[in-house]
Amino acid sequence: MTEAVVHAHHGPDRRPGIIGWIARWLFTTNHKDIGTLYLVMSCFMFFVAGAMAMVIRAELWIPGLQIVNPHFFNQMTTLHGLIMVFGVIMPATVGFANWMVPMMIGAPDMALPRLNNLSFWILPFAFTLLTSTLFMKGGAPDFGWTFYAPLSSTYGPPSTDFFIFSVHMMGMSSILGSLNIIVTILNLRAPSMKMMKMPIFVWTWLITAFLLLAVMPILAGAVTMLLTDRHFGTSFFNAAGGGDPLLFQHIFWFFGHPEVYILILPAFGIVSEVVPTFSRKPLFGRNMMIYATICIAVLSFLVWAHHMFTTGITLSAELFFMYVTMLVAVPTGVKVFNWVSTMYKGSLTFETPMLFALAFIVLFTIGGFSGLMLAIAPADFQYQDTYFVVAHFHYVLVSGSLFALFTGVYYWYPKWTGRMYNEALGKWHFWLSLISMNVTFFPMHFLGLAGMPRRIPDYALQFADFNWIASLGAFVFGITQLIFVFNLIYSRYKGKQATMEVWEGSHGLEWTLPSPPPYHSFETPPEVK
Amino acid sequence: MKEPEVKTPRRRNKFTYVLFIVPFLMFGFCFALVPLYNVFCSAFGINGKTNTTSIRKADTAISDNRNITIQFLATNNEKLPWSFKPNKVELTLHPGENKRVTYYAKNNSDHTMTIQAIPSVSPGNAAKYLLKTECFCFTQQTLGAHKSMDMPILFHIDPDLPKNIHVITLSYTIFDLAKLKNPTARKGGRITR
Ligand SMILES: [Cu+2]
Repeated sequence: MTEAVVHAHHGPDRRPGIIGWIARWLFTTNHKDIGTLYLVMSCFMFFVAGAMAMVIRAELWIPGLQIVNPHFFNQMTTLHGLIMVFGVIMPATVGFANWMVPMMIGAPDMALPRLNNLSFWILPFAFTLLTSTLFMKGGAPDFGWTFYAPLSSTYGPPSTDFFIFSVHMMGMSSILGSLNIIVTILNLRAPSMKMMKMPIFVWTWLITAFLLLAVMPILAGAVTMLLTDRHFGTSFFNAAGGGDPLLFQHIFWFFGHPEVYILILPAFGIVSEVVPTFSRKPLFGRNMMIYATICIAVLSFLVWAHHMFTTGITLSAELFFMYVTMLVAVPTGVKVFNWVSTMYKGSLTFETPMLFALAFIVLFTIGGFSGLMLAIAPADFQYQDTYFVVAHFHYVLVSGSLFALFTGVYYWYPKWTGRMYNEALGKWHFWLSLISMNVTFFPMHFLGLAGMPRRIPDYALQFADFNWIASLGAFVFGITQLIFVFNLIYSRYKGKQATMEVWEGSHGLEWTLPSPPPYHSFETPPEVK
Repeated sequence: MKEPEVKTPRRRNKFTYVLFIVPFLMFGFCFALVPLYNVFCSAFGINGKTNTTSIRKADTAISDNRNITIQFLATNNEKLPWSFKPNKVELTLHPGENKRVTYYAKNNSDHTMTIQAIPSVSPGNAAKYLLKTECFCFTQQTLGAHKSMDMPILFHIDPDLPKNIHVITLSYTIFDLAKLKNPTARKGGRITR
């Protein structure tokens, strides 16, 4: 928020000058300020990790080793994955929660504002620590974002310890953040807002927050075991000392699978807000959506070994995890069906947020289908660790989570800033992203089915064509994102003034506040019809 | 900065504290997974984990005449300077029958070394039916420079072995205990429990 806006709406009292500006952002306990901080940091980290993706795709442009050596290539794939998951998607969704949850439930602010400040300010330190490993002796972590033991325990570079501490910090931040969100949602709702009346975005975030609370400590435990294995003589993952490297994979994926829903449930929430607005119809099967989300969250704890079909687990375990994984498709299918039904016979318009939401529904479904293919245990032996997996999770994370974040930014930007984004630039951003995203990741399905392994800097000649196509798409996708950032900055000053409702079909409490909203959202609880 | 007045009755604060406990419990649960995992693996005989202390099935009379083939494998972890191999790579026996085989080990280095052998059985679900009454993997083995020895295994197959299993592979990997920072903290082949 600039000063003009701030002073017009009873903003923070702050001392003048640069010190005052720094102190204001450093010590802020305001949910909107902290939401902005989260979003700005995610955007910055998005370009950091994106640059790493560009290095990866540049190296894979043609067969052979051209630009980087294999060791550095491995560091790039590792950090790209870690930062995109923990430094981009997760903080961005928390940013959305900070901005929107109090406004959507009629609260003045988050329930624990100081804790909120702490949970954000841990993150810049965590990511500085993580990226600084690039400049350390022995290089950055190079074992993939899944950091399987013994790659990370016995063979990890010295910087692995810094990676471990940064994961501890991220975990702490996520736990505090989700704690705050739960308390806010359960305690600060406007008295007339019953649980089942809560907006879908708030519901998805409530469930996500419980998932975070449950599994981030598991991740913290895993890295702690890694640390003691590395330095304090324990043998959790060391067979020589009586441990088992396979145990690491069980623990990691017990965290890892709920984690993928942590990345996608808030995205479901955003899309469920946007589709009704631009269809000018209420969300179809609203309660069903809520139950489906709860169902997905519960199932997420029972499917972890679908990442481990080739590790020699027993046949009965393979069957169990295969069927439960396929069961996840049912509540997810309910969601897709409900989005489509919401649009059915609606009066649709196609502003940028709606375009991104539509792309989300189609492309996320493709990612879901390739996920189902991977869930088939006998087929997974062919797909395991190939580019097919890479294609799958980029369809659910890029055209899934990331597109939903774009949807949300375009949808609420006018509310946040009081100014409309530039629709023409938004459309350019959308169409270029859509095309280049598919050009990048669709060929990876074919590469994977043909047997190209993931996480390698070089490949056999027969994979050359699809690889340069994917690289070309990746470069276009990377450059396209600059349009997005330019649009946000430009519109912040030059955009048209936004109205209170912003969208014709908008619904929910946040649209009853002026654009931009006052510094403290609802001083008195609003009445919910 | 003026904070908005938010009413926080005691009940609400209590709820926050209760929530605070959840991550601590889950952190503890993560560590509880370690013994749980070992209990599960040995109880269901999954993951190829075999017994690391002596087990004898009370009734070991040869009661069925199935022919089960046992293959023996040996692996050195991390270029361990030892010669390590089974003296017999394969044998056939009936369930219930006691057999004794030996592995040959020679320390090729110029100093005394202590190793630990870790067994693994494949297919994984055969693990709990391969019962060792005596095994060099039950204890640590020490050899002087350029010394060698034959290390025995005494074992039998539980007659309850599923009908579809005809071949069982028993593999040993030997680990240099000097590379382990805290070798005394371990007992047998697995984490102490
Ligand atoms: Cu999974």
